[in-house]
Amino acid sequence: MIKVEHIRKNFGQLHALKDVSLEVNQGEIVSLIGPSGSGKSTLLRCIHGLEKVDQGKIYMNGELMDPKDEKKYRQQRNKMGFVFQHFNLFPNMTVLENCNLAQIQVLGRSKEEAEKTSLMYLERVGLADKKDAYPNNLSGGQKQRVAIARALCMNPEMMLFDEPTSALDPEMIKEVLEVMKDLGNQGMTMIVVTHEMGFARKVGSRVVFLDHGEIVEDSPSEEFFSNPQSDRAKDFLSKVFYE
Amino acid sequence: MFAAFEQVFTLETALYFAKGALVSLGMAILSLFIGLILGVLGASAKRSKYLVLRAIGNFYVEVIRGTPMLLQILIIFSVIPSIYTAITGEVLRINVYLIGIIAMSINSGAYSTELIRSGINGVDKGQWEACETLGLSSWQTMRFVVLPQAFKLIVPPIISEFVTLIKDSSLTSTIGAIELLKSAQIVGAEYYEVMSPYFLAAIFYLVMTISISYIGKKVEKRLAVSD
Repeated sequence: MIKVEHIRKNFGQLHALKDVSLEVNQGEIVSLIGPSGSGKSTLLRCIHGLEKVDQGKIYMNGELMDPKDEKKYRQQRNKMGFVFQHFNLFPNMTVLENCNLAQIQVLGRSKEEAEKTSLMYLERVGLADKKDAYPNNLSGGQKQRVAIARALCMNPEMMLFDEPTSALDPEMIKEVLEVMKDLGNQGMTMIVVTHEMGFARKVGSRVVFLDHGEIVEDSPSEEFFSNPQSDRAKDFLSKVFYE
Repeated sequence: MFAAFEQVFTLETALYFAKGALVSLGMAILSLFIGLILGVLGASAKRSKYLVLRAIGNFYVEVIRGTPMLLQILIIFSVIPSIYTAITGEVLRINVYLIGIIAMSINSGAYSTELIRSGINGVDKGQWEACETLGLSSWQTMRFVVLPQAFKLIVPPIISEFVTLIKDSSLTSTIGAIELLKSAQIVGAEYYEVMSPYFLAAIFYLVMTISISYIGKKVEKRLAVSD
């Protein structure tokens, strides 16, 4: 579904990604994990095109994603939903309006159609009753669920999550992970940058471990956690799990 | 002084002052409004990816902010009729209020440009990214997400720009607009006594500016609801 070939990304002197290649197939739930500064968020943002790669190519469904081919590139990007660490809901709009906006403006749906879709997805994340609330009156967990619903309203073929629970209070992490798990169970292709090892292990199908801008390990979730191959992964896991 | 004040302050002069105050207020409202439109254009130009547009935006702001408003009014007052004459060959009978509004709008537009630009910069970068991932164009992002939030940020400075415009509208008295200050001067000339008409004008200005500040604070509070 998504194929990343030899991409490089530098921020000035910093080599955020050095020659990274990755393939994600339909229905997979890939967890990108690694120490902070390892380049996992940068990789996710490059896949969506929020960051432009300095070198390398990205293919979607076998077709090259080329920013110069503007119209096609836009269509390709619209097949991906993106969820941010800090939600990025529009504070000047209600929950329902947040979900409606792009459906009406980008997909050209009527207001009625858009509302119907929005309510369906808000129902799915358990927040239909909050449709008239403003984002700033919601808890962090609720905001993130709205952000997920908003992305789903655009009917993406895959979802990208950039540390979706890192900005949440501990007691709100689970409600967001549950929504993501449901999504995975329904067959959504997902790439998730996360520090939630429990989620990566139980819900994720595959773990890609990055360090210093390189993919160090890429293996099925259970295998990665029970039997990590590289020293760097072993070291990382020993630091993450408190025993 | 008090005897003179009683003599000057009749119902007739009060109405005359009120009329002058309304002219000042009207010119300020129109200029603020047109200035905000110019401000959106100016801010867009200054944020443009095209060097030429950025240069035009910078030139506009620097020239207007770097010269006195009185001079701007006088220049427009003399330039527009000359251009008209050059094109049509006829002499233009000029409407000084219109000239005043044009000059004040252009002036206010430069200040609004900077206000709106700072407002836009004040909106979180994540809002742009969210719009990008939802497929919204940069114009749609501006229109529906960024500008509404930017305007909320700049309500206080816009209110103070409005107050400034009310006071600065007095400068149009120099080209013959009969606004509040000119009304006071006319009354003063009539009674050979300028002090009390000037004080009266000051009171009229204060009533307008203080009420606007007050309403501004109310609006600010109401806008803060969704925060």
